[in-house]
Amino acid sequence: MPAEANTRIMPPALPEDTPRAIVAHHSTGDRIFRGTLRASGWSVFVITGLILAFLIARAAKAFRFMGVQFLTTSSWVTLSPQHFGIAAILPFGIMIALIALIIAVPTGIAIALYISEYAPPRLKRSLIAVIDLMAAIPSIIFGLWGLLFLEPRIIGFDSWLGRHLGWIPVFNFRQNTSVAADYAGSTFIAGVVVSLMVIPIVTSLSRQVFSQAPQGEREGAYALGATRWGMVRTVVLPFGRAGVIGATMLGLGRALGETIAVTLIITPAWDFNFRVLQAGSNSIASRIAVDFPSFPQGGSMGLSALMAAGLVLFAMTLIVNTIGAIVIGRSRSGLATAD
Amino acid sequence: MAADTETTQTAAPEPAADTPLRLRTVTAEGVLTLAGAAAGALGLDWVLYERVLPFSGVLGFWVSWYALFLVLYTAVAALQWDKLSVRDKFCSVAFTTGGLLATAIVIDQVAYTLVRGWAAVKFPRFFTQTMADEGPLSPIQVGGVAHALVGTLEQILLGTALAVPLGLLAALYLAEVGGRAARPVRTLVDAMTALPDIIAGLFILAFCVLTLGLPKSGFAASLALAITMLPIVTRASEAVLRIVPGTLREASYALGGSQWRTVLNVVLPTARSGLATAVVLAMARGIGETAPVLLVAGYARGMNTNPFHGWQTSLPLYIYYEVTSPVPDDKIRAFGGGFALVLLVLVLFTIARRIGGGAPGELTRRQRRRLEKQDAARQIEAGQRLTNSGAAEGAEA
Repeated sequence: MPAEANTRIMPPALPEDTPRAIVAHHSTGDRIFRGTLRASGWSVFVITGLILAFLIARAAKAFRFMGVQFLTTSSWVTLSPQHFGIAAILPFGIMIALIALIIAVPTGIAIALYISEYAPPRLKRSLIAVIDLMAAIPSIIFGLWGLLFLEPRIIGFDSWLGRHLGWIPVFNFRQNTSVAADYAGSTFIAGVVVSLMVIPIVTSLSRQVFSQAPQGEREGAYALGATRWGMVRTVVLPFGRAGVIGATMLGLGRALGETIAVTLIITPAWDFNFRVLQAGSNSIASRIAVDFPSFPQGGSMGLSALMAAGLVLFAMTLIVNTIGAIVIGRSRSGLATAD
Repeated sequence: MAADTETTQTAAPEPAADTPLRLRTVTAEGVLTLAGAAAGALGLDWVLYERVLPFSGVLGFWVSWYALFLVLYTAVAALQWDKLSVRDKFCSVAFTTGGLLATAIVIDQVAYTLVRGWAAVKFPRFFTQTMADEGPLSPIQVGGVAHALVGTLEQILLGTALAVPLGLLAALYLAEVGGRAARPVRTLVDAMTALPDIIAGLFILAFCVLTLGLPKSGFAASLALAITMLPIVTRASEAVLRIVPGTLREASYALGGSQWRTVLNVVLPTARSGLATAVVLAMARGIGETAPVLLVAGYARGMNTNPFHGWQTSLPLYIYYEVTSPVPDDKIRAFGGGFALVLLVLVLFTIARRIGGGAPGELTRRQRRRLEKQDAARQIEAGQRLTNSGAAEGAEA
């Protein structure tokens, strides 16, 4: 009897369970195939590295000439006596980008929420197409539109802001004027036009994240008696927060680097100020576009100075964009699985 | 038993019939509140904006109308609904206007360019002439975009030919090989999609033109375009490849297919329409790029059909030079160029929507019709075979 119990308790000794190592043996063809793909994938790093290397090489002359003063000089004189720096064009460009973001991010999120949460299914597809089309409209068309359509119409609004809200430092205006030319080509107008180019980026990235908010949690919110907005606020927005932050950063990168539309709209200015309504603004990209034709020879200081400015712009946007891309990638949803 | 029936009788009054809650209903109150707020805001805005306060400008009028509308709508809604619904309605209205605004902006941009461009485009010679014979005093009938059209098409085709193979291979790497090592690649590709477009031009200038000695030409411009298009192609194709069902791949492996056969014979054909869409969308994005070509293409006023030799103008470049020129007629020409460019973008966009847009494996209407036709033919054939064999049997008997 005890012996039987013993045998029941003690199972026969089995060899220890070891997980089978799964080794995929790739055929020669596959190895070549995977190698080719890997090389193509990593070529993005090669291209980025090349861009950095060549910009640094070409900018070296200007950096050597100006030294640290390149960061503190406001003027841009590249013919002798040479004296140039990014102290005016960089902050002006950042102001344009910030104004663009202030307009584009709330609008983009509202559009994204409408598309993913409110729009009837049939409308959804065409609205996505509209946003795609908006992203495909050339920036030169935005520039034309901003210069000849928007500017004459927005100046009235500008001058009203300047005259009545002038006590707010940002809207402060040099003189109390309603002359149109004093408001044309300002940081604000450039920012508004750039915001239209940032809206599609913010919208499409945040829409992709919003639409991945789990259905179960949405239904849970409804079951607890949430209104549609309640559901959006408690489920969709927290889920998409990281995505929205990442989208904003990618939008910032785009806004910092916008060239042609800004070039067409602004009147160049060389003393940085926070008065966004005042005529005159600047940006690195537009400086390159405007100044470039005067330096056809490779070795000139003027071209080297432009390369230096371009390098600063590239480094800045690359850092901002990479952080944005990492934030998006790390978010719970991740755009890697986006539709 | 008796007690039991009694309790059920007393405790269970007729249960209310379950009616499904309708989330999306159009009620008279809702519509009237909306319309009333809109009309009221319009009136109030007119009084305030035009009469009481010294405002000016059309844009300001509509901005303040919208602000007044939101305030009035919230106020009217608060009179009849509880706090939660008011907040809900307010958000619905705000988000819906967001969607409307996006559509309005796109329509405005496209329509404005087309309407202003018509003044130049109504002379058909605009599309067959170059700027070679045009001088500052020439009338609008002289001078056109023929050279810029040729340049744009050549540059975008070359750029696509350069960007698509590499971009597609990189997308295949991200989607098919993947793994931990693919992560930084995806991050960098994401970051490069928002690369300032002028940097691509600057890089080609520093690398190809100044260092390798390639002359400024259409080919240099297409290299710059390829760099801006590469991350876009990669991102978009990866998104398409990712939704090819894994079961299809597994079926191929189970049949003994190697990975490259699987990709070539299963994954790519399944994703074909989506990939085509990705490519055409990238073309639509690339065709309008001005900044990259500005630095490396040069600017020619006459026709140059050879992208490898001599300066070549593309449409965006043409528009840029014309709009910055002080001659009034040149502004009209710029809009004429804008007309052509917007039309090209729209055509590419429509093609992209036509060939794809659906999930992989989802058939277009045309493909479905063809399959149905084949199906019907097969059934008729089968039917005939049946009757034939029946007849043969009958003859044997």
